[in-house]
Amino acid sequence: MSDAILKLEGVYTNIAQYHILQGVDLEVPRGAVTMLLGRNGVGKTTTLRTVIGHWRAHQGKILFDGEDITKMPTPAIARMGLGFVPEDMGIFADLTVEENMVLAAASGPINSARLDWIFAAFPPLKTFWKSDAGTLSGGQKQMLSIARAMVEERKLYLIDEPTKGLAPAIISTMARALKDLKDQGASVLLVEQNFAVAKALGDSANVMDDGRMIWSGQMQELATDAALQERLMGLSLEAH
Amino acid sequence: MIRSLLSGDTPRSLPLALLLGGILICLALAPFLFPGVRTVDTAARICVFIVLVASYDLLLGYGGIVSFAHTMFFGIGAYGVALASTHMGRGFDAIAFGAVAGALLAAALALVIGLFSLRVRAIFFAMITLAVASAVAVLVSQLSGLTGGEDGLTFKTPRELGPAFKFGKEAFDGTLFGVKLNGKLLAYYFVFLGALVLFLGLLRVVNSPFGRVLQAIRENDFRAEAIGYRVVYYRVAATCLSAAIAALAGSLYAVWLRYVGPDTSLSMEIMIDILLMVVIGGMGTMYGAVIGATLFVLAQNYLQNLMGAAAELTSALPLLPELLNADRWLLWLGVLFILSVYFFPTGIVGRLRNSG
Repeated sequence: MSDAILKLEGVYTNIAQYHILQGVDLEVPRGAVTMLLGRNGVGKTTTLRTVIGHWRAHQGKILFDGEDITKMPTPAIARMGLGFVPEDMGIFADLTVEENMVLAAASGPINSARLDWIFAAFPPLKTFWKSDAGTLSGGQKQMLSIARAMVEERKLYLIDEPTKGLAPAIISTMARALKDLKDQGASVLLVEQNFAVAKALGDSANVMDDGRMIWSGQMQELATDAALQERLMGLSLEAH
Repeated sequence: MIRSLLSGDTPRSLPLALLLGGILICLALAPFLFPGVRTVDTAARICVFIVLVASYDLLLGYGGIVSFAHTMFFGIGAYGVALASTHMGRGFDAIAFGAVAGALLAAALALVIGLFSLRVRAIFFAMITLAVASAVAVLVSQLSGLTGGEDGLTFKTPRELGPAFKFGKEAFDGTLFGVKLNGKLLAYYFVFLGALVLFLGLLRVVNSPFGRVLQAIRENDFRAEAIGYRVVYYRVAATCLSAAIAALAGSLYAVWLRYVGPDTSLSMEIMIDILLMVVIGGMGTMYGAVIGATLFVLAQNYLQNLMGAAAELTSALPLLPELLNADRWLLWLGVLFILSVYFFPTGIVGRLRNSG
């Protein structure tokens, strides 16, 4: 398919002696939100980290915007237009919110219209603009982590469990911001355990198990089929 | 004006600002406030060590890189000036040439060490710097034909920087506020102004985008990569810059002492002193270098006297004079360090900023 922004073909990734990814195939279409689902420990995070180059694929091929990035160094991949929001947020705690954002806008000064949009989506970032990022609450750190990816227009956003461990009120703020991003026509690959959020945002879905992709299709199809969920993920996600 | 001189990195705490202001005034007026050979010598040492410690903090505090070769770079700068002055004859051109050549050599050496070892883990860098620094120290003491070996080199600086040069005879009768206007006074201000410029330059560097990226890398190098920064380039650049500044500090020291030797510029002891100064003052802030270096050099020079005086005062009491005997000053220096690390884990600057 030519309009895929990201394509993984038979990707194998080993971490130490563990074979985490065992032939992952994945296509992320341009201008849509693609969900990556599955139980804990099946390789979702490893898949994202292999794309950005933190872990190296031992076999297989990763194409980003038509280019082979399998062996490219991480900074080069990032500069091609890939925004990554890691599971652990990875904010720079000793720097201010502003400095975190300025650093993330690696290609130049922050676009003010984009910053206004980010402030509208995450008001606390405006309030604490000059504060050390380490003093933010967990939810605010997550906002900063996502805002850092959104500060520049990226070709693709990789977002790893943005709602993990957050209070319900903050989850809805987060979901609204991601919906905003989606409405702007951004391409997103999203790992999400919160099924309500996944259902609301996802266009297509891919389910992993044991280092492989076991199902790919429309999110709508998965969301309405409890038996399918049960079979793919071993439990009814609606019960969460 | 002051804000832009400090690159926007103000002390952010009133006690700290007062302390730094006090140190600045004392150093700027040292020859007039505390006339005397030993006091002025201490002030010059403080100036040099502020720069040396600040350049080390650029590596350790901002870059999170542990290096044991910092005295080696310091020594390269010092020997650069000494060798140039010996072979080119006394003169400012020899000092300038020696200083620039020393800084370039230090940066080049740092580049090689950095490219070899910073690609992997930071710990390898620490080990390699240790090995290279030891090798260079041995080399300097063995190549006695060139470096004077363990005896070091005594050389002549320009006449204008020596005690024999007198000036201001007509206007001030050769003295100002009772201080003789001679070349030694000029040499002090040469060191003081050189150190001030280098320090402000370092402050500019750590508050520039480059400094911010370094801090980001220290906190989370993978994240910095994922944003698009080439971690190795930044680490190597920081290493080279810090080495060059250390070499320039060494050059200033050589100009002041008019002597270089392994003990004054290359020994492992100085390396440990630098580490202590960074930790006591506070890592990751340039002002920590100022406080750490000042306290440490003062303690090194005056603790012994202070204890001698204290022992005399308490001579009527049992045990105390024995404990305060001036010969035991190293013991008390050690106790002071342990206490300062225990009570100020973030350094004195960190503590002052947090309490303010």
